Amino acid sequence: MRSQLEGSLGVARMVARCRPQVVCAYPITPQTHIVEALSRMVSTGELAPCEFVNVESEFAAMSVAIGASATGARAYTATASQGLLYMAEALFNAAGLGLPVVMTVANRAIGAPINIWNDHSDAMALRDCGWVQLYATSNQEAADMHVQAFRLAEQCSLPVMVCMDGFVLTHAFEPLELPEQQLVDEFLPPFRPRQLLDPAEPATIGALVGPEAFTEVRYLAHAKQMEALDAIPVLASEFESRLGRASGGLLGPYRCEDAHTVVIALGSVLGTLEEVIDERRARGAGIGALAVKSYRPFPDAELRAALAGVSKVVVLERAFSVGRGGIVSGDVLAALAGRELELHTVVAGLGGRAITRASLHRLLDDLDGGRLARLEFLDLERDVVERELERGRVHQRPGPHAESILRELGIVSAGPI
Amino acid sequence: MSAARFYQTGTFAVGNRLRDPDEAAAQADPGRGNAITKGHRACQGCGEALGARYALDAALRATGGRVIAANATGCLEVFSTPFPESSWRLPWIHSLFANAPAVATGITAALRAQGRSDVRVVAQGGDGGTLDIGLACLSGMFERGDDVLYVCYDNEAYMNTGVQRSAATPPAARTATTEPLGNRPGNAFGQGKNLPLIAMAHEIPYVATATVAELRDLERKVERAMEFHGPRYLHVLVPCPLGWGSAPAETIEIARLAKETGLFPVLEAEEGRVVAVSPIRRLRPVEDYLRRQKRYAHLFADGGRPEVIAQLQRIADRNVERFGLLDEPQQGSDGQAARELLDVLAAAERGPQ
Repeated sequence: MRSQLEGSLGVARMVARCRPQVVCAYPITPQTHIVEALSRMVSTGELAPCEFVNVESEFAAMSVAIGASATGARAYTATASQGLLYMAEALFNAAGLGLPVVMTVANRAIGAPINIWNDHSDAMALRDCGWVQLYATSNQEAADMHVQAFRLAEQCSLPVMVCMDGFVLTHAFEPLELPEQQLVDEFLPPFRPRQLLDPAEPATIGALVGPEAFTEVRYLAHAKQMEALDAIPVLASEFESRLGRASGGLLGPYRCEDAHTVVIALGSVLGTLEEVIDERRARGAGIGALAVKSYRPFPDAELRAALAGVSKVVVLERAFSVGRGGIVSGDVLAALAGRELELHTVVAGLGGRAITRASLHRLLDDLDGGRLARLEFLDLERDVVERELERGRVHQRPGPHAESILRELGIVSAGPI
Repeated sequence: MSAARFYQTGTFAVGNRLRDPDEAAAQADPGRGNAITKGHRACQGCGEALGARYALDAALRATGGRVIAANATGCLEVFSTPFPESSWRLPWIHSLFANAPAVATGITAALRAQGRSDVRVVAQGGDGGTLDIGLACLSGMFERGDDVLYVCYDNEAYMNTGVQRSAATPPAARTATTEPLGNRPGNAFGQGKNLPLIAMAHEIPYVATATVAELRDLERKVERAMEFHGPRYLHVLVPCPLGWGSAPAETIEIARLAKETGLFPVLEAEEGRVVAVSPIRRLRPVEDYLRRQKRYAHLFADGGRPEVIAQLQRIADRNVERFGLLDEPQQGSDGQAARELLDVLAAAERGPQ
């Protein structure tokens, strides 16, 4: 059924169709609408049997999901930003225990300075925690990815996070197609774990493992993600044949066939990016875009194939590694090792700064004109930054920058900087 | 579970023989299985291993063997599950240090969603995992009213990491991070963190304290706890020979002295109100308790620190007064029966006059 829905509500309704038995949550912007909707569905009995647990922190939310999943219940939660970091220890734990928890991450920046708007700093900080990370490019895809995520998680004994851009997707209203329950049931069989907490067959879960076996256990986590790399496209194509809609997969190439320049990005910016590609294609440019939809596991071979014949790559990143630069760029470079090409990292859209068509055109004009550096920050107010750096050189004392920048920009009222 | 060997002859098993068979301890049943089987790596004289076995066996007996346990990181977790071996004979999960109560909540939620009302959940941890790092999860579990019995085995410091101070470390105790150097008395005299009282402030159905000196009392409290639904809290004092610097053979005696000096009040509370206290049988000065433990050795060396001992005595005196630990128990109460039984045992201990 097609209806005009907020992204969060679309995801909540799709998650409900996946029949989770335990949903636990701690509120954090911009994840709240998802769990509010699920809470309501549990209260009304629309989603049953299901327990909705209001917890006291994200750390507890993931811990409740761990307990529930280990007891054989399909478990779901959602978070964002500081919340994702607050549950970091439990994320590693869920992955280490091979528990197929599914979680939505409504991507949001990490403070300080505190900021509620979208970027990918939260999920990128946890890229090595052992979870599969899928990045949705639209609300339809975000909703669809959850059905695939539960199936993937349970098939590979891995937790999966579905990343969707905070506000840009979670709070956007779009026409969404939500499948009949029966179609989801046919795609997603009930959760049947190999081992669970049950007095009839007592198992010890979470034992101490020393050097004699730890490497093997960790290797298996990697091997499981490599299996997921094979499973993700298979599930996406089965999803398409059953539900009549292409969603998910490892990569989303857009007009890459004969392109010599490709812009790689994750998440909702693909919408804007594709428009820019169309506009430049219309002017005769050989350019395409490539969405990375599965960031962990990272699809090396598929990326190489998609970029065959490409000589320039721009990786547009909504997060970066301070002191180093691009994060996704590192994965792209590793995947393309040995290839002669020009690669630029462009850090963009931090803390909710809009990535506009005009900015992208400017960026691509700079690329064409040979003016683009290896590492660029899109739309950076360079004068403001330079003045603050200069003040730092003069005063030689440590302190935060945020207020100085706000004064510079005239957002905080006058006063000496 | 296979039957455990009954090898308690020559001990005070006489106590069980005097009791009505229905009142016999879970451990008195030669056909019982143990939640924690032999072969684990606990130190000699470990109070926690003993307390956990009695607590979980009693919970198993009370539920017909239908218990799932969630364990915090700590000694109990480490000594019981060195991969690929496990001492646990019941379904058991260890996740993290701070999250055992929340994991237990997740288990109860899963059981509810699955319609399995016959299975009960016990969470357990040490004093660090409970009073310090796990307190938020524990409070959340209490506040939500989840059907979990949480058992804290309190050995008054972080023993698993090498005896560092926790919020449960008593004043003046020496730990690796509270060394009695210079004028410092060991651990500072602070406000303390009385978790049984904090649990009572949540007005949960049942809160109790116990020691491994009175194991029948510990068992009875677990059985009582399992009669309630909702969050329940049991705080068990478990001496640690390694961390306390006590003789492994004296674990029980030291636990008894903690109670008999008034330093560790043994009580029961329902819905936020104390309903029973175990009276002190023969009040002892705190010095009798402190002298047995090397963690207090600095209080007695080089002329001693009588002013510090006096401060500790005041803490014990306050407990005695506050909780009525010297009050006569009610006639016919369980406490009275226990008292009579203990008098018999005490007579046997003294031998012919």
